[in-house]
Amino acid sequence: MQRSVPLTICLVMGIVMMVQFFSPHPFSRGLLETVNTWVRLISGFALALGAGSLILHHTTKIRRKQPGWGYSIVTLSALAATAAIGWAAGPTMMDNKQLLINVIYSNIQVPLGASMFSILAFYIASASYRAFRARNKEATILLLAAFLVMLGTVPLGKVVWDGFPKWSRYLLEIPNLAAKRGIIFGVALGTIATSLKIILGIERGWLGGGK
Amino acid sequence: MTTLIPLVLLLGQVAAPATDPPAPPPVVAPSGLKALDTPNDQGKSLDLRWAMPDGAVTDSFVIERAETCRVATTVGVVGPDESTYVDSGAQAGRVCWYRIGGTRGADTAWGEFSAGVRPAAPRLRVAWAGLSGAGFDSLVVQRAETSRAVTTAGSVGPEESSFVDEGVLAGHRYSYRVGAVVGADTAWSEPTAEVAPVPQWVDWRLLNIFVAMVVFFAFIVYFINHARKGRELFVRRIAGLDAVEESVGRATEMGKPIVFIPGIGSAAAISTIASMNILGEIAKKTAQYDTTLVVPNSDPVVYTIAREMVKEAHAKVGRPDSFKPDNVFFITQEQFAYAAAVDGIMVREKPATNFLLGYFAAESLILAETGATTGAIQIAGTDAIYQLPFFITACDYTLIGEELYAASAYLSREPLLLGSLVGQDYGKLAILVVLALASALYLLSAVKGLQWLEFAFKALNT
Repeated sequence: MQRSVPLTICLVMGIVMMVQFFSPHPFSRGLLETVNTWVRLISGFALALGAGSLILHHTTKIRRKQPGWGYSIVTLSALAATAAIGWAAGPTMMDNKQLLINVIYSNIQVPLGASMFSILAFYIASASYRAFRARNKEATILLLAAFLVMLGTVPLGKVVWDGFPKWSRYLLEIPNLAAKRGIIFGVALGTIATSLKIILGIERGWLGGGK
Repeated sequence: MTTLIPLVLLLGQVAAPATDPPAPPPVVAPSGLKALDTPNDQGKSLDLRWAMPDGAVTDSFVIERAETCRVATTVGVVGPDESTYVDSGAQAGRVCWYRIGGTRGADTAWGEFSAGVRPAAPRLRVAWAGLSGAGFDSLVVQRAETSRAVTTAGSVGPEESSFVDEGVLAGHRYSYRVGAVVGADTAWSEPTAEVAPVPQWVDWRLLNIFVAMVVFFAFIVYFINHARKGRELFVRRIAGLDAVEESVGRATEMGKPIVFIPGIGSAAAISTIASMNILGEIAKKTAQYDTTLVVPNSDPVVYTIAREMVKEAHAKVGRPDSFKPDNVFFITQEQFAYAAAVDGIMVREKPATNFLLGYFAAESLILAETGATTGAIQIAGTDAIYQLPFFITACDYTLIGEELYAASAYLSREPLLLGSLVGQDYGKLAILVVLALASALYLLSAVKGLQWLEFAFKALNT
């Protein structure tokens, strides 16, 4: 029962949504909208599970004084403060006509995220250095291709030689795009095959393990 | 003289104009207004977007709509922070023009009217035969609505044999006639019977997709049955998946944990489902060897599935007591906060192996590079093609695209799953054959005397 009900729902909904794709009728479009709304609604409930896990994980860390437990205090304090402000202030507007909770988000969360993202520039540099070392034939080809594309993209390349932008475009639009499309074909077919396996109940991993 | 000085100062003060408070900056009109049809809503609404110049302040925005030959009417007022508006009052098929006004007190500064736009909805296709290529200049299609005058719906080239009229309204009845134009003369066909746009149940334009889907499904079902009968199926070696056993063994020998990162995709993403299947197999091995498996999650639904997968794996190998629920946990749905937290785990715990399997975006390299600096073996896999170069550079093994989906079949060696994998390969073979055939037809159709092949190419292309 615990397995057969979800599997039956999956089979029925899988077939219904497949048929829906081929129908432009307003009823079919309406069904899609309704299903999407339900998906969003159910996902919202799962957030409570996530918050529960977060609290449990960090309180255990603090209680056992595990390495880095101080960070857990920061995490839980931030969680409590944000939730408290959200509940207490509700739709309170600041002078700049922004919700208080949005002010916190825009001034703490967004800059922190941007700082993390900016580190990517340094990681790209270190990863490129490793990838472009001419250790073997393939790495040498990669190095030459990267050299051509980089020079073809920056204005200096065109000043040095007119052919750089042309060859750079060729590399990106012909061999690179061909390889990318090959992968996309595989991914698309793999997605369809996996979906079919899930609909037919052959692949049951999404049920949370076991058969 | 001394008495005169204060008097002059006083007079000077009286003569000087009173200091007024600074005048508020004038209200500025919004710019860049774009009106677009809201997709997939059956012509129920239009989507408006605009922008304000930097530093411009407004109290609110007023949205006005004008219809053909009618004056503009206010359809909505939104707050100063908004830059979009969905007009649900626009009638399907009717052209509308919009303008946005920025208000400040009693002043309103109006922007330019947008280009005309109509909510795309009912359409009627008018088709005819026997007129194509008969030496006309063009063909004109006229529409007559019940008890209204005839209007021109559009014109097409002489080689066309159909016309899609997008200017019709749901529930109205129309009659059509087609005129063949030669110079100043037009010869009209008989008018059609009255017809009203009716919603269609089947989109026949998707027939090719349907046929391809049926063929592909047939391959998969055939090979699943083939496998069910116990016949041997060949699956090529995938180095990244062969290394799973080795990497778990390494972690066991070193006494260090394994970190499994399922990416930032939702449970609905196929790559996440594939990732969960691999997690199940890895969890079985770690449970057998009593190796710590840490699974940080960025999605609450995925977290729930991952916890069940690991728990079930421990139960399957007969060690339910060794499952530590604390090792499978939710972090955050924020992309970079998640990356920062996982980086912290890698640096603190110094895992022997990192698995990065699932859907990844810009955080892929941040995670993979941090893992590489800690000296861990890294096995990555994703279907996000823009992240693959990063993984190939920073990880020891990378599962490219579909290899990730194949992992559960490859690791479990379950005949039914292997059968679908082989079916998938035959689907790819069919695509290759079609591509090769289409390319050959296209090239040959350029040869003199073989132009008729172009017809076959076009048929294949649709």
